Amino acid sequence: MLMNKPNRVPLVHISKRGAIKWYAVLAVRIAAILLALIVCAVVTMALTGENPLSIYATMFKGAFGTSRKIWNLCQNLALLLCVSLAVTPAFKMKFWNIGAEGQVLIGGLATAACMICLADKLPNWLVIILMIVSSIVAGAIWGGIPALFKAKWNTNETLFTLMMNYVATQLVAYFVIVWEMPKGSGKIGIINQSTEFGWLPQIGDYKYLLNIIVVAVIVIAMYVYLNYTKHGYEISVVGESERTARYVGIKVERVIIRTMLLSGAVCGIAGLLLVGGTDHTITTTIAGGRGFTAVMVSWMAKFNPVVMILTSFLLVFLDRGASEISTVFGLNQSFSDILTGIILFFIIGSEFFISYKINFRSRSEREAEKEAAQNV
Amino acid sequence: MEHKIPAVKMRDITKTFGQVVANDKVWLDIYRGEILALLGENGSGKTTLMNMLSGIYFPDSGTITIDGRDVVIRSPKDAFDLGIGMIHQHFKLVDVLSAAENIILGLKEEGGFDIQAATKRIREICDTYGFEVDPDQKIYNMSVSQKQTVEIVKVLYRGADILILDEPTAVLTPQETDRLFAILRNMRDAGKAIVIITHKMHEVEELSDRVAILRQGQFVGDMLTSTTNAQEMTNLMVGHPVELNIERPEPVDPKPRIEVKGLTVRDMDGVLKLQDVSFTARSGEILGIAGISGSGQKELLEAIAGLQTVEAGSIQYIEDDGSGEELIGKDPLSIAELGVSLSFVPEDRLGMGLVGNMDLAENMMLRSFRRGRSPFTDRKSPRKLAEQVVRELEVSTPGIGTPVRRLSGGNVQKVLVGREISSAPTVLLTAYAVRGLDINSSYTIYDLINRQKERGVAVIYVGEDLDVLLQLADRILVLCGGKVSGIVDGRGAKKREVGMLMTRLGGGNADE
Repeated sequence: MLMNKPNRVPLVHISKRGAIKWYAVLAVRIAAILLALIVCAVVTMALTGENPLSIYATMFKGAFGTSRKIWNLCQNLALLLCVSLAVTPAFKMKFWNIGAEGQVLIGGLATAACMICLADKLPNWLVIILMIVSSIVAGAIWGGIPALFKAKWNTNETLFTLMMNYVATQLVAYFVIVWEMPKGSGKIGIINQSTEFGWLPQIGDYKYLLNIIVVAVIVIAMYVYLNYTKHGYEISVVGESERTARYVGIKVERVIIRTMLLSGAVCGIAGLLLVGGTDHTITTTIAGGRGFTAVMVSWMAKFNPVVMILTSFLLVFLDRGASEISTVFGLNQSFSDILTGIILFFIIGSEFFISYKINFRSRSEREAEKEAAQNV
Repeated sequence: MEHKIPAVKMRDITKTFGQVVANDKVWLDIYRGEILALLGENGSGKTTLMNMLSGIYFPDSGTITIDGRDVVIRSPKDAFDLGIGMIHQHFKLVDVLSAAENIILGLKEEGGFDIQAATKRIREICDTYGFEVDPDQKIYNMSVSQKQTVEIVKVLYRGADILILDEPTAVLTPQETDRLFAILRNMRDAGKAIVIITHKMHEVEELSDRVAILRQGQFVGDMLTSTTNAQEMTNLMVGHPVELNIERPEPVDPKPRIEVKGLTVRDMDGVLKLQDVSFTARSGEILGIAGISGSGQKELLEAIAGLQTVEAGSIQYIEDDGSGEELIGKDPLSIAELGVSLSFVPEDRLGMGLVGNMDLAENMMLRSFRRGRSPFTDRKSPRKLAEQVVRELEVSTPGIGTPVRRLSGGNVQKVLVGREISSAPTVLLTAYAVRGLDINSSYTIYDLINRQKERGVAVIYVGEDLDVLLQLADRILVLCGGKVSGIVDGRGAKKREVGMLMTRLGGGNADE
């Protein structure tokens, strides 16, 4: 039995790394992005015959080409970042809040309701305050319900928050019919287009500046909240180990509900910015999948709000750039999805090389083996 | 003896994990017909070395020779094919299957499974070595010691004749340990090579024929057990002379501190975990709690700490002036708000006492982060406390910014105990405070506990090593199946007597 066994050292084996220096981590990540770009280039050439460099140039132009495009990019970045910041405390607590989409929608719905129902009945400034309050409250309720059930009866929050998305979508669909403008169109046009009643104020000539400033403030606030406050510390402890949290007397149920109220509230703000600040209308797809993309932004940044600026930038850039490619080169929209997929695959895959090391059989070992084989 | 050919020869074995060198050019010989005790402190690389022999890890360099032939062991299957079997600390059995099903699980045999034939072979193995296993019994119905037996039979069934046991006695009562040792001797006499990893010196002396010692990943030497003694082995392990006696200062002015009356606890499935438990823990005294693991020790401590729902009974905290305060129905926070300074070193260090992914300073904050009105946490004083604990308890760590899960078991425990005693408690609850710790760290912990006792703290010490309990505790409460089986004086109690109390209410005198 023993004689038949091939007597060979395995070609590769994988072992866990110890602590790794920050510059090594950076090098791995940069290498991942470069590799991703190369693979994208090869795929592009093979599938379309276009010159990959011109494709990259187009991507870049799509994102930064004109000042309008840059503002657009920043606006999209701000909104995605806002939702990402919202889900972060929940995920840090290991509460799988994939209901941000619904929480944003419901915040937007509350905003739209104020704008439509209170138009010309109250002074503009009061309505804006009511919009702010109601969107925050609506988002918080939408986030709070699954948290309450989780805390009281330990229901599965992933399913619960996901289902809440559908409820929110249906609610919006219902009110779109109720408030449709003009009648019979099946949609709500721009709300208060002539009076601009309930529109969030514009700073100077910059349509999107207010959103960007609001989100910047939330970034700082969230960073401080998570890292320097008692609440933030409790969230980390609950996320790492509920048993430890109970052991030191943290009321886990209370932390779960409180954190999800916050998470939902920030989603509600995103809904406010979306409806009151930029779109001035509401549709069932107004959140645009940001609630799900936000999960990726948050995890890729390891829940660090400042790093999230980079990760959400990356995703928005890819998205804007990719859609530009599909228009300019007349490619299908799916092609840009392929490129985005490839790039994300490499970025997320690089985490493996940060945690693990791959050992190859050394040359001397291989040669020794060859010799041994010849001697037999 | 000197002319025998080793069954296993390990030469220059090196294994590194990241920057940590777990094994550094280790040599080891294992002979047939011999029980080898592998000794070493925590982190000295014993388990790593044996894991390489059983195919779980792959060495970075070095050679392994089995019966004079160079081999490469890439997987547990390779190890099995070479006749090497390892019994791990944590059993790897499927609860809902029977013993026989577990034993043949994963075997590739020609044709279909013949459970009858397998059962017959299992019975033969059991008869040969004196195991008591019912092949048809389900695993979830088995005691820890029965499960361990199944693991051993499983390995033998697969034809292993080189057996490695990683701390097999940690979960056994003295009587079960005796039985295991008898079986191991039978197997040795049948010509098998046996390696046992253990921390308990008296077991080494009682059981083994030869000892091999590792220190910090290096091979220090091996010797016949008959030519050495516990003191010499310990000194070799630690690298410098160690005092092996545990001190037991006389209690000073003991007063009742915790009074438990009629405590009854059920777990979530409604199973009775504690039944009518009553005792008093006094200040300045160490109350030892003995019992087979799972006899209600965990529930008892957690009930006192406010972490366990209680069905009936009372737990009074008695102040110095004699006034009492009921602790039942209060959570840890409200107990602390009463002004009761209660410290708890739980059994599950990284799952409950500490947060593995947080660094030392952040772990120090767990107890104190609420202090003050400000919504912000105070980061300075935990850092100071962490530095103080590292300095005073000689925690070996790269720094206070290191996540505690990267520390070795002994150092993790020092961090936990250090934090718990830093709040100047009046009651200290410890569960298996030295489990998995090497001799040196264990003695540091005994010492810390004794200092607390001298400060007038009421210490409740749940332990598993009876030899230690008998040397350390002033009184020993023995639990058996959730009931108090007896309370004996630590001075003068006999190990056998306590062992009997552990297995049978009131001791009895059944098996002889």
